[in-house]
Amino acid sequence: MLKTFPKGGVHPAEGKYSANSVIEKLSLPKTVSIPIAQHIGAPSKAIVAKGDKVKVGDKIAESTGFVSANIHSSVSGTVVKVDKVLDSTGYKRPCVIIDVEGDEWNESIDRSIELKKEISLTDKEIIQRINESGIVGLGGATFPSHVKLSVPDGKKIDVLIINGVECEPYLTSDHRLMLEKAKEMLVGIQIIMKALSVNLALIGIENNKPDAISHLQNLVKDYPGVEVHALKVQYPQGGEKQLIKALINREVPSGALPLNVGAVVHNVGTAFAVYEAVQKNKPLFERIVTLTGKSVKKPSNFMVRIGTPVTELIEAAGGLPEDTGKVINGGPMMGKALNSLEVPVVKGTSGILIMPVVLSARKKESDCIRCAKCVSVCPQGLEPFLLNKLAQLGKNDKLETNAVMDCIECGSCSYTCPAGLPLLDYIRLGKSKVSQIIRSRKQ
Amino acid sequence: MNKLFISPSPHVYEDTTVKRLMFDVVIALLPALVFSIYFFGMGAIIVTLTAVVSCIAFEWLIQKFILKQEPSITDGSALVTGILLAFNVPSNLPIWIIIIGSLVAIGVGKMSFGGLGNNPFNPALVGRVFMLISFPVQMTSWPIPGVTRFTNWLKPISAADLDAVTGATPLGIIGNNVGKVLEKIDVATGDTLRHTVTIQDIYNGQVVINEEVVKTFDQVPEYASQLLGNIGGSIGEISAIALLIGFAYLLIRKVITWHIPVSIIGSVFLFAGVLHLINPEYYIAPEFHLLTGGLLLGAIFMATDYVTSPMSVKGIWVYGIGIGLITVSIRVFGVYPEGVSFAILIMNAFVPLINMYIKPKRFGEEVKNGQ
Repeated sequence: MLKTFPKGGVHPAEGKYSANSVIEKLSLPKTVSIPIAQHIGAPSKAIVAKGDKVKVGDKIAESTGFVSANIHSSVSGTVVKVDKVLDSTGYKRPCVIIDVEGDEWNESIDRSIELKKEISLTDKEIIQRINESGIVGLGGATFPSHVKLSVPDGKKIDVLIINGVECEPYLTSDHRLMLEKAKEMLVGIQIIMKALSVNLALIGIENNKPDAISHLQNLVKDYPGVEVHALKVQYPQGGEKQLIKALINREVPSGALPLNVGAVVHNVGTAFAVYEAVQKNKPLFERIVTLTGKSVKKPSNFMVRIGTPVTELIEAAGGLPEDTGKVINGGPMMGKALNSLEVPVVKGTSGILIMPVVLSARKKESDCIRCAKCVSVCPQGLEPFLLNKLAQLGKNDKLETNAVMDCIECGSCSYTCPAGLPLLDYIRLGKSKVSQIIRSRKQ
Repeated sequence: MNKLFISPSPHVYEDTTVKRLMFDVVIALLPALVFSIYFFGMGAIIVTLTAVVSCIAFEWLIQKFILKQEPSITDGSALVTGILLAFNVPSNLPIWIIIIGSLVAIGVGKMSFGGLGNNPFNPALVGRVFMLISFPVQMTSWPIPGVTRFTNWLKPISAADLDAVTGATPLGIIGNNVGKVLEKIDVATGDTLRHTVTIQDIYNGQVVINEEVVKTFDQVPEYASQLLGNIGGSIGEISAIALLIGFAYLLIRKVITWHIPVSIIGSVFLFAGVLHLINPEYYIAPEFHLLTGGLLLGAIFMATDYVTSPMSVKGIWVYGIGIGLITVSIRVFGVYPEGVSFAILIMNAFVPLINMYIKPKRFGEEVKNGQ
């Protein structure tokens, strides 16, 4: 029996059309718009102004607190302006807009392709370098990585968990990375192990990627302390709490962080970025992005500079299909629908999914028949039908006692509802109300 | 370029719809329908058609003219209610009674609470129990399998008609006789001889006191007949095999989970089994309970009704065990030989309470409280 998490979960059609597409370098765009808020936490502060010349890897915006991250230029050229531009959130946000001129890299970056295995930095220096390089969680949550590595006093971490699950349908960027950048990623994992001073790292991969599992299993023999575990395909296994439960059977308490059970979770993409930052002194300014969809001519995985407009990726994959109805930043379960294709790729963009019109509309709504399917698929053991009703009625106190804040917004309830109810829409509303109340109580 | 759709995640949906779930239930009920048509002939067809047509018609009429809503009969829920209502009555029930039952099931049991999803009680059972209480004679005269429905359906059935072709259900035979004291005066001595009827007497088919037959019983069918359905009873309840085929289909299609049927059947088996162990003379073997009197129909198709069953697995165990215990209690200690319908309705009433107090175990909840 393959391991998996025990409670709830769904299995949407996988649609991994781009699983066999080798990572291609996307050609440089003419202009990039680099948002200065690409992470969870305080937005950074731009440190360049109109007319400044920048090189690839130059810092252009500075972290403004502990939970914040530096932003680096992904291109060389001239800063046109620092202005508000529509980004993938659907809002206009401050961006540094740079006209691309050539491809001149900051001299401190080691551009050699040899694998560098020896880790010369100390744990403190590693965390410092990761912080300096602007690395955030590349699985999509974009939480600044150095924060996760700075373990508070009194907490003991004994295992590092590496998330190679990629449970979102369609997306394949992590899958390709595990096949093509495996050695670099494994060194990255060892760097993180050193920073956390743990001796054990478990890589969790869903069983629908057997090539990645066997490839890594062959390689880990040379990387002591690193183990590869195949997991049963079940969404949302990539959720931190679900993955920890699946791999080491520890249950992160409600409202707490993984470090409360001695674990830290990082994505495979983050481990690769850590390798590049620590061993090659290369800040985070590019990432792998899957461009896929049922009608896409050439489903692809691109290495993309941050700030590249989504249209460039679509063109490189054969253009926008005629039957396009929806373009999603991320996977179909948790991704955000885009209202413009000019928005830039950011650190958290793991994929762009193009849905045909026929698959774009929502299911027709009818009355709840209390079938309890939402209850049985909720990986957090909540009662979505009830939270939905309470949120509609504005019963915030009851929402809180029914643990609305435990919701991880995986969308399994809305996905499975035979009555087509937008359960998660209302639960999100309720959650934001309740979190406002909780915050005001603390003040 | 086309306009882009914007909506919050998730962007994909399972292809299950309410309609598909309802039609899966209909498909799962078909084997039982086929068996009952085989055993009861035209009667089964007429009763089922009448119930289905009148349930759908009443729902449409009520939505169209009283509630002024867009009728939603295409969702298939009225169809399911109609079939289940028919499955719970004898195959010779007069048509007018079925129509009244359908009106009560749909009108009172379902639409008065706001339609699908809002009714606290299983509509088909509301209709059935209404008919059982209002028309007890017609509702408990069971045609013997193989005898088809006869002549004038609109004419109320006379007692003479009934005797000709009806027989008691297996549970009825036992419920009406076991434990009764029979007396006979001994001619030679003038003493009164007493005999309490036991299960064994029922199987023997007669009671003999002092070498004289004082009472005979209808034959209680063999288990094989009960499995196939060659026994007296309501249209849909007679064939255990057909109902189990339907159960397997529902499980494969993931329409229901095994919890409700298993908790009911398990608790009936255990409770009846304990009674049987205490006194096998008066309490029949537990497997007999499983195969008779609509237990399987109730456990698989009626108690599992989405709307009127609990939301959490823990709640489902309470609900299922409750139904099991009440069923056996009514059958063994109550006046009705049959108790599944009442047991389900009683536990339906507890469902809101169960949902309120029995919550699913939340992820990370125990760990939090333990700290």
